[in-house]
Amino acid sequence: MEITDLRALREASEVQALEKRLGISRRDFLGLCAALATTMGLPAGAEAAIIKAVAAKQRPSVIWLHFQECTGCTESLLRAEHPTLEKLILDIISLDYHETLFAAAGHQAEAARKTAMKQHKGKYVLVVEGAIPTKDGGIYCKVGGQTAVNMLKECAKDAAAVIAIGSCASWGGMPSTGPNPTGSSSVAEVLGKTVVTIPGCPPNPYNFLATVVHFLTFGKLPEVDQLGRPKFAYSRLIHENCERRPHFDAGRFALEFGDPGHRAGWCLYKLGCKGPETYANCPTIGFGDAGENNWPVGCGHPCIGCTEKGVGFTKPIHALAELKSVTPPVGFPGVHESKGKSFDFTSAAALAAIAGAAAAGTAKLAQNLGKGTPVETSSHKDSGASS
Amino acid sequence: MSSHAEKPAPLGGPLVTPLTVTLAGLAGIAAVILLIRFIFGIGSVTNVNDGYSWGIWVVYDVMAGSAFACGGYAIALLVYIFNKGEYHPLVRPALLGSLFGYTLAGASVIFDLGRYWNTWHIFFPPWAQVNSVMFEVAVCITLYIGVMWIEFSPAFLERLGRSDLKKKLSNWMFVFIGLGVLLPSMHQSSLGSLLIVFGTQINPLWQTLMLPLIFLMTAITVGYAVVILESCLSASGFKRPFEADLIGRLSRVMWWFLVVYLALRAVDLAWRGAWGEAFQPNVMALGFWIEMTGFILPVILLATPAARRRPDRLLISAVALIVGTLMLRLNGFLIGYQTGAGWHYFPSLPELLVTIGIIAAQILGYIVLVRWLPILPKVEPVKIAR
Amino acid sequence: MSTTRRQFLQGAVASGAALSLGTAPAVQARPNLTLPPKAVGLLYDSTLCIGCKACVSACKESNNLPPEFSTAENLWDTPQDLSGRTKNIIKAYKDGNATQKDREIDGHAFIKHSCLHCVDPSCVSACPVSAMKKDPVTGIVTYNEKDCIGCRYCVVACPFGIPRFEYDKAFPKIVKCELCNHLKPGDKFKYSACAQVCPTGATLYGPVDQLLQEAKRRVALKPGSVTRVERGRVGSGDIYEAKLTAQYLPRVYGDRELGGTQVLKISAVPMEKLGMPELPERSFASVSETLQHDLYGWLALPAVVLGGLVIAAKRTARPDEEDEA
Repeated sequence: MEITDLRALREASEVQALEKRLGISRRDFLGLCAALATTMGLPAGAEAAIIKAVAAKQRPSVIWLHFQECTGCTESLLRAEHPTLEKLILDIISLDYHETLFAAAGHQAEAARKTAMKQHKGKYVLVVEGAIPTKDGGIYCKVGGQTAVNMLKECAKDAAAVIAIGSCASWGGMPSTGPNPTGSSSVAEVLGKTVVTIPGCPPNPYNFLATVVHFLTFGKLPEVDQLGRPKFAYSRLIHENCERRPHFDAGRFALEFGDPGHRAGWCLYKLGCKGPETYANCPTIGFGDAGENNWPVGCGHPCIGCTEKGVGFTKPIHALAELKSVTPPVGFPGVHESKGKSFDFTSAAALAAIAGAAAAGTAKLAQNLGKGTPVETSSHKDSGASS
Repeated sequence: MSSHAEKPAPLGGPLVTPLTVTLAGLAGIAAVILLIRFIFGIGSVTNVNDGYSWGIWVVYDVMAGSAFACGGYAIALLVYIFNKGEYHPLVRPALLGSLFGYTLAGASVIFDLGRYWNTWHIFFPPWAQVNSVMFEVAVCITLYIGVMWIEFSPAFLERLGRSDLKKKLSNWMFVFIGLGVLLPSMHQSSLGSLLIVFGTQINPLWQTLMLPLIFLMTAITVGYAVVILESCLSASGFKRPFEADLIGRLSRVMWWFLVVYLALRAVDLAWRGAWGEAFQPNVMALGFWIEMTGFILPVILLATPAARRRPDRLLISAVALIVGTLMLRLNGFLIGYQTGAGWHYFPSLPELLVTIGIIAAQILGYIVLVRWLPILPKVEPVKIAR
Repeated sequence: MSTTRRQFLQGAVASGAALSLGTAPAVQARPNLTLPPKAVGLLYDSTLCIGCKACVSACKESNNLPPEFSTAENLWDTPQDLSGRTKNIIKAYKDGNATQKDREIDGHAFIKHSCLHCVDPSCVSACPVSAMKKDPVTGIVTYNEKDCIGCRYCVVACPFGIPRFEYDKAFPKIVKCELCNHLKPGDKFKYSACAQVCPTGATLYGPVDQLLQEAKRRVALKPGSVTRVERGRVGSGDIYEAKLTAQYLPRVYGDRELGGTQVLKISAVPMEKLGMPELPERSFASVSETLQHDLYGWLALPAVVLGGLVIAAKRTARPDEEDEA
């Protein structure tokens, strides 16, 4: 962390070496690191630390397990469109075991895993994709003759950190949806401890990447919420940052797919959007690096709540979301708005002047009447009448 | 009982004086502001809002203004109904004040009515809504203004030299005099009844079924107060002698009215258990005490027959009563009114200027007419055709 | 002669006073009006309301009302209160950190403000020209600007602060909810627009007796229970299952207030915190009308008094006038 000047970093030998190793320009690399720092919500200057950590050659060993899953998480990661991201991923970390990406197969692959586990004992990162079936002794998912439960426990024992990627690994996801015939469980449930979870179906690759880079840079996993989700990505409701939120606040809703409101990009709440009860950063970072609004709600489909246990794969897609307690915005009219003018200086002054003048006039007049004014008395009247 | 020594006569004198010019100027400013109001809406010149939809244009110009214009009514009640003929010299000046007060109160209603072009609906079926207190007020005030012009017409007829018409009219005058007492009794009490339907929006200090009686009694007492004030002002302004005998006797009537009124008010507040509200640290309690001071002060100042002959005490009492009566109406309709938290109202400068302009027009009209028409009793000893 | 006159007058004054005290049995007190046979209204459930303001938006569309801006950029229709441009509004109650919905302390709650269509409306009693009327069948309180003189007695009289006035117009009118009484077959909205668009059924349109039944059913439910909630109008069949999180207060606002209103409200936060006033069961209109008609006895009393006054005046005025003439 001693070098914090980005210009100096650009010329640093590690970064220059990286340019050759990864085949990307230094400029792109620095930009990517800054973007990751931003994703994690790290303060300015942190990108320098990230650059240093990423550029360093000590790549952590990563063991990536697949259980009850569709490989969507991996696919999503591979299809990230940043320049050579997959290359970067594979180069930042030493991916020693990954069933989808491995060239090796069968016993050769399993041997590689065992070797890595032995070699990097207590230092490797375990990433789990997919739920783990626990019913009937866990026989519903086996790899190399070993049940998922066993394999997970074996790999987790000596791991420096465990990351559950995707909704399935995070809480059981789709496989655990009722009636859950295989007893699908999450990583945390099987291991009996809290792990970092990156839920989503698929999760946003940057959330995963940022978590790994955080580990790389600071030697520990990022701060998480009670469900193990990194707070930098999952601390806010989708509803809070949704670009359609103003329509919600103004009561403009799409009522069915293709109606004028839907075409105009109005709020999808009435179509069952789960944004109001789902925590994720989808609206702020989008998917597929295709620019703004490239995420389900941006494309016109209601959020299904895939990052939220009890919502995604549990509630019907078009069922009304339960609005999580969100303090009404400041602009929301209060029960008692202050209305009308309470005090007008000029008119108050005018009133005071009138009152003062009236009082003074009364006093003066009273004084005059008290002494000088001729008083018509009975005698006066009598004399008047008689004359 | 009455000597009727002083026949009313035009006062004469210059019409263009610094005072009348100033008054005309103020009335002119009000006219310009009203022009803006009729082009751009009531909100363009006033601060009235949906929380206080009735501002000073209603509460002062109509509610208080018409009460201050009760001099004619109060004197007529004495002279004609209670047969106190000695007060007859006060009838015409008081009636003139009332005529102006009421006519301008009636006119200022139009300034405040949002859809003034429909005003005539009030008087005709199928619109007329007899359950509405407002209906009763509007009908009575309109009729009363008409009655007052008829009552006052002898002064014009004298000026125009149409004594034949005057004679015919005087044969039937008693009917109009009867109406001239009934109608104000009805609508001055109903101005209080207007508040009943506001229910709990009115502070208990003012929300009572006694409202009609409270408003009626204060209208009568302030009627006497205004007569006293007019007397004081003409004594000072027109350099006329102060009618101490007459006014002193009148103030005795007023004093007794006030004692009865205060007793009624105190008992009513106690009966409803509302006295506690008078000791709250808020603006309503303050308004209440200013109002009550206005009614209590004259009772103290005019307690003895000697005191009732002192013009300065009479004047201060009259002013206090006017303030008290004004405060009663302001309290009932504005200060003691709350339709929900968060609402504020304070009259804007243009709004005030219109009210001031209306008062100015009233005073100006009074000055012009007493100089031009036989209204004030002649001071110099004159020969009287008996 | 003078004595009899005085006695008569004293009698007249005394009887007037007695009548105003309400002690005279001569005139029957006018009781509260009762619910019309086919009264329709709304049920607003604060706990179901999510503050989305769809009803505010639809109300504007249905009633063809212009937007009202309260932000600097004048971009969104953001009314802060009912006004000459807004007949219906959702307001938020907030306390402390306002995080938890439907909680009085450190919580927030929503409330719909629009005409309650009182069973015995003050505005109708106040209006001198019958511009405010209560429909004898549906009970909807309607307003006709063609009749209105703009005196705003209704604005001041309404204890809920509902009728609003266009202060910024040369030819203004009163603006208030008329329960979308103007809708015709073929219109986009079929019934009260606010209820028709409400996504959660927080605003439900229907016959008042059925709404009251539903309101009473709901306030008896316990938190955590799942209940079937109808959306739109009673009998629409658009039903979903809502899980209750808050504890209803055992009160249906509008059941008794001023003799009842046709718009009912239920909530988990006390109604007075939501800007709904505490009101007695006796309607203000009935008190006012009883007093007014007692005082005047349908003009019988004024006629008698006038007779007395004219006789008195004839006896006193004639000598004066002759004297003057």
